Amino acid sequence: MSIVVRIEKCSGCETCLSSCPFDAIVMKEGKAFINEYCNYCKTCISVCPEGAIYETEESVQRSAFSIQLNDYKDVLVFAEQREGKAAPVSIELLGIGRRLADELGTKLLAVMLGADEAEAKELIKWGADRVYLCSDSELIKFNDDPYADILTRVINEQKPSIVLAGATPVGRSFIPRVAARLRTGLTADCTSLEIDKETRNLLQVRPAFGGNIMATILCPDYRPQMATVRPRVMKRGSYDENRTGEIINLQINDAVSRTKVVDSVKEVSGISVNLHEAEFIVAGGRGAAGEKGFKLLEELAQELGGVVGASRAAVDEGWISYSHQVGQTGKTVNPKIYIACGISGAVQHLVGMQSSDIIIAINKNPEAPIFNVATYGIVGDLFEIVPMLTRKIKEIKGI
Amino acid sequence: MNIIVCIKQVPDTAEIKINPETNTLMREGVPSIINPFDLHALEAGIKIREQLGGKVTVLTMGPPQAETALRDAISMGADEAVLLSDRAFAGSDTWATSYTLSQAIKKLGADIIFCGKQAIDGDTAQVGPETAEFLGIPHISYIRKVEEVKDNYIRVQRLMDEGYDIVESSLPVLLTAVKELNQPRMPSLKGKMAAKKAAIKKMGKAEIEADENNLGLKGSPTQVKNIFAPQIKAERKIIEGTPEEQVNALITELRNIKCL
Repeated sequence: MSIVVRIEKCSGCETCLSSCPFDAIVMKEGKAFINEYCNYCKTCISVCPEGAIYETEESVQRSAFSIQLNDYKDVLVFAEQREGKAAPVSIELLGIGRRLADELGTKLLAVMLGADEAEAKELIKWGADRVYLCSDSELIKFNDDPYADILTRVINEQKPSIVLAGATPVGRSFIPRVAARLRTGLTADCTSLEIDKETRNLLQVRPAFGGNIMATILCPDYRPQMATVRPRVMKRGSYDENRTGEIINLQINDAVSRTKVVDSVKEVSGISVNLHEAEFIVAGGRGAAGEKGFKLLEELAQELGGVVGASRAAVDEGWISYSHQVGQTGKTVNPKIYIACGISGAVQHLVGMQSSDIIIAINKNPEAPIFNVATYGIVGDLFEIVPMLTRKIKEIKGI
Repeated sequence: MNIIVCIKQVPDTAEIKINPETNTLMREGVPSIINPFDLHALEAGIKIREQLGGKVTVLTMGPPQAETALRDAISMGADEAVLLSDRAFAGSDTWATSYTLSQAIKKLGADIIFCGKQAIDGDTAQVGPETAEFLGIPHISYIRKVEEVKDNYIRVQRLMDEGYDIVESSLPVLLTAVKELNQPRMPSLKGKMAAKKAAIKKMGKAEIEADENNLGLKGSPTQVKNIFAPQIKAERKIIEGTPEEQVNALITELRNIKCL
């Protein structure tokens, strides 16, 4: 496969040049030319107004190593635990995993390390058909080597077609090791997972270039198809008290781990937990213009029983700590109401909050992109609007 | 102590804008920088060299123009620089990139390999751990502090969701750096002079004795099917009026849908 320009159709408009994320297109004698830095992302094909760019049909000669795709069937979720309890992201993964398994007509498997049988039963109630459990207390603390070894072993034995894990410090650290060992693809931070109706392959959508664009990724020739998903991106499935399933107990490997977790230190800021669980988030950006602005947001948040969030711009200015940051490099949130105050709405911010149920945007600039995602938009000065809103809500509550 | 720091030249994603008419990236005038997390990795590598001696080699895989990033790294204090560049590497996903880097690292040899926790253009955080796997060595992600390094031993703090872990490992080891790790130094005048004169070692597929089946697009398990602009919900309702009217109208709306 390669991406080629039909010289006779190219009008020399240079639209493709600026669209290329890899600087792989140059102009030669008034025509576009794609050089060897092309990463085959096909952005240029979609932007060319003349339809002059196309993909050659010759398929890539894949590696000699080929696997029987049909041997791989089930959907497997790595269900991470925190202090012995299934992490919220594990429940969310069971939700999407169940949906994918039903669509494929296969089983939903889960692997849980360092938790007990009661917790494994919880995974079944949340949708798993079979749980591979290793309750060895050595595994309560996350350690890459044994985690990677056990998960690889289960995958090699069970041959799932799809493997999902949380894009948390745990999943992001050891899942790549597993993918490298299995010689298969891994897609980070997926925001949507669907089954291709024709090929039955997993369509994995993720943000790229700091959230500026979205990419659909495939892993057509290797198995399993592996993906990580950030917390709060997928919706939970339904909890069924009476659901039954199988629990398979695993033994820890004898192999000596090269890394050792000596201690775990909790630093409770509470903010990150609160941002994920809050029903109301009042977030400020550059327009909050300093700590004074954030004081107003704090008052409104308090009145609503919510917490304060921030854009990267406000965090970079030092008005508020990083733990409050929402967006591509911060947290992904989906509260009932997200009030964006003085946030222009860079895509990097939007990817972290646009799944909120209701978005209220308050901004002086009527052209601010935040209004494009807002359920309700108020063009105005937050220093005027926010205190008034706080006062009115207080009045209502007083009645 | 032989230290290799893997760096990547990336477009400054904070500067990228979307053309609202065509929904495409506007990359003109967007500066190329060393991936910010890699600067923390480099600083950590230089600090260990200052403490224990040895040398710091910066390694990047990319097009010929990535040489600029390597020279910038030398101006900060790296001793040597290696550019991995070959047409055969084009189209690499994280698996193929990690394979390629690991082949080069095997040739160069290292006790400690530092990477940034992720690159700001791809944001995958996968290349570090995958490279360690190909090298057959342990890795520790999200390092926020190096507590102790000595012969064949390292102890670090690993950032977690609700605090940090103290983790020890044997050497060689691969570590990925977060911003809390340190404050990267500015280039020195002496460093800038060295950067100008430095000879950049170049390696291609032959030099790293790579298996062609594992390189570039051909060796990559994942493929990009298509790329599109993020979808934007179009259900907006602009509330007009004086500030007081706006606030009242908003409260009425919220009460109607029982959100207050």
